[in-house]
Amino acid sequence: MPHHFTPLKLVAALPVILLGLASLWPSLLCAQNPLTGFPAEYLSPPSINHWFGTDQFGRDVLARVVYGSFSTLSSAILAVGISLLWAIPAGLLAGLGSVHVERAILACADIVLSIPEIFLSLSIITLIGPGAAHVALAVGASQAAGFVRMIHTEVARIRASEYIESAAGMGATFSQIILRHVLPNSLNPALALASLRLGTAILAISTICFLGYGPPPPSPEWGLMITEGRDYLSTAWWITTFPGLAIIFAAWTTNLVSHAIRRPL
Amino acid sequence: MTRYLFTRTLHAIFVLWGAFTLSFILLQVMPGDAVLVKFQDPELGLNPQQIADMRATYGADESAITQYIHVLGRTLHGNLGYSIETGLPVGHMLQAAYPTTLRLAIISFAGAIILSITFCTLALLLSEHVTGRYIASFISAIPGITSGIPVFWLEIVAIQLVSFHWKLIPVVGLSGWSAVFLPGLALAIPISAPLAQVFMTTAKRVQQLPFIDVLRARGLSPFRILCSHIIPNAFPPTLTVSGLVFGEILAGAVVTETVFGLDGLGQLAQQAVASQDVAVLQAIILISVAGFISIGLLSEFIQPLLDPRIGRNGQQRKY
Repeated sequence: MPHHFTPLKLVAALPVILLGLASLWPSLLCAQNPLTGFPAEYLSPPSINHWFGTDQFGRDVLARVVYGSFSTLSSAILAVGISLLWAIPAGLLAGLGSVHVERAILACADIVLSIPEIFLSLSIITLIGPGAAHVALAVGASQAAGFVRMIHTEVARIRASEYIESAAGMGATFSQIILRHVLPNSLNPALALASLRLGTAILAISTICFLGYGPPPPSPEWGLMITEGRDYLSTAWWITTFPGLAIIFAAWTTNLVSHAIRRPL
Repeated sequence: MTRYLFTRTLHAIFVLWGAFTLSFILLQVMPGDAVLVKFQDPELGLNPQQIADMRATYGADESAITQYIHVLGRTLHGNLGYSIETGLPVGHMLQAAYPTTLRLAIISFAGAIILSITFCTLALLLSEHVTGRYIASFISAIPGITSGIPVFWLEIVAIQLVSFHWKLIPVVGLSGWSAVFLPGLALAIPISAPLAQVFMTTAKRVQQLPFIDVLRARGLSPFRILCSHIIPNAFPPTLTVSGLVFGEILAGAVVTETVFGLDGLGQLAQQAVASQDVAVLQAIILISVAGFISIGLLSEFIQPLLDPRIGRNGQQRKY
């Protein structure tokens, strides 16, 4: 399909570029260090030197927000990756296997889906303990069931389509059909869902970090920054406001990516 | 119909049992059970014999299979066990906590429905006008942003602005419905986003149907068409996301009750996670699964009543 490059598309891609730069090359966007503070400048409001102000230890909030994007984004990508790692084989098996396999896998997915995601991920946290990677694992594992169902639907739809029938009629083997037709065609919707789930993962991860099960305090994590800045809200609104806006921005950006992937369909 | 009811109920029981088993595997089969975590504390001064006795009382010294059968048996009898942290029966703790969460859920759900319908009505009405079309397309992008608002952040900001800065609603010293009013409204904003998105999509699809053209040709005003034809037709499919919304409300309740200091199920769950109070967490999971299943069943039964074209098995019938 033809993709024409237009200036408008560049404007639309700006949030994605900004988020990517912030997480991969944070020193480009801000010169300050997110961990070392200047105690003399604690709780100073946004200014030319500190665009987002400083926190209770005199650390630059902009630097912490920018450096925090790597933590959040990498956790979210890890979470979605873990979901896909579980869900792609299970979904393929359900879509291609016998009726009994399909029923068994879908029943398991139904069970996992019936438990609210937050309780599932909090239960996994009690099992494996807090920490950044553990949060990603917990969120990813609790999101997997939704992916299984979606991939199953997609694979079953493609399997019933006419071009698969004609491929089989022309003598293509089972593995040829799966590798050449079913997998590539189910990839696009799966990618669109994955990028959509990236936004939910970002929210879920920051929520769990806000509750205090994420990385320990000095690390620049958006949810944690909001917890820490809460006590200073009446005098220093900028400590909590900017990480919150960053979460909204990141979730919105992943939504944009998801829409962009889905549109050509 | 009887057969349908039977299979649905059977499926519901199966899912409930599966969720129970899964939560048991996740929570009870962990190394170093909660009894040990609590009583091993040297400050308590318990000798190993007393700890072993405590473990025997809670049944923590038996094998996983025996424990599973025991816990399943007593749960079937309606006994949810005892909290390891407080020593109280879990059933009593849930009974004390659920009204707050229920009130919070009702306010936020009602708020979200009102918010999403107002929102979509505004967007659809504006899209009828030539100049309003741009505003409408701008408005319909808003749910995509509000769905990304972290609930905890929104609530912290709401407390700061509404309670401390404008002094409209106090945070402390409230009880009953007034205590959950501000939390419920704050929670309604992110919850309204998926509702508004589904509602908007179905409303636009209904707008394309031929009978709307007929109504327009007969001279009905756009407002009238919207209120008495498009909205009633677009509402039933919105119910299909009610399960999703239920999960979001519960997730929101955990955070909201922590931020506002409300003693509901969400805060109970959060404390249970912090203190590894397995019995409490498992009971809360079981209750929420039961709630999720009954809401799913309820929406499946209500949908054909609201929209006769939808078959009993949830599939769209042909005309």
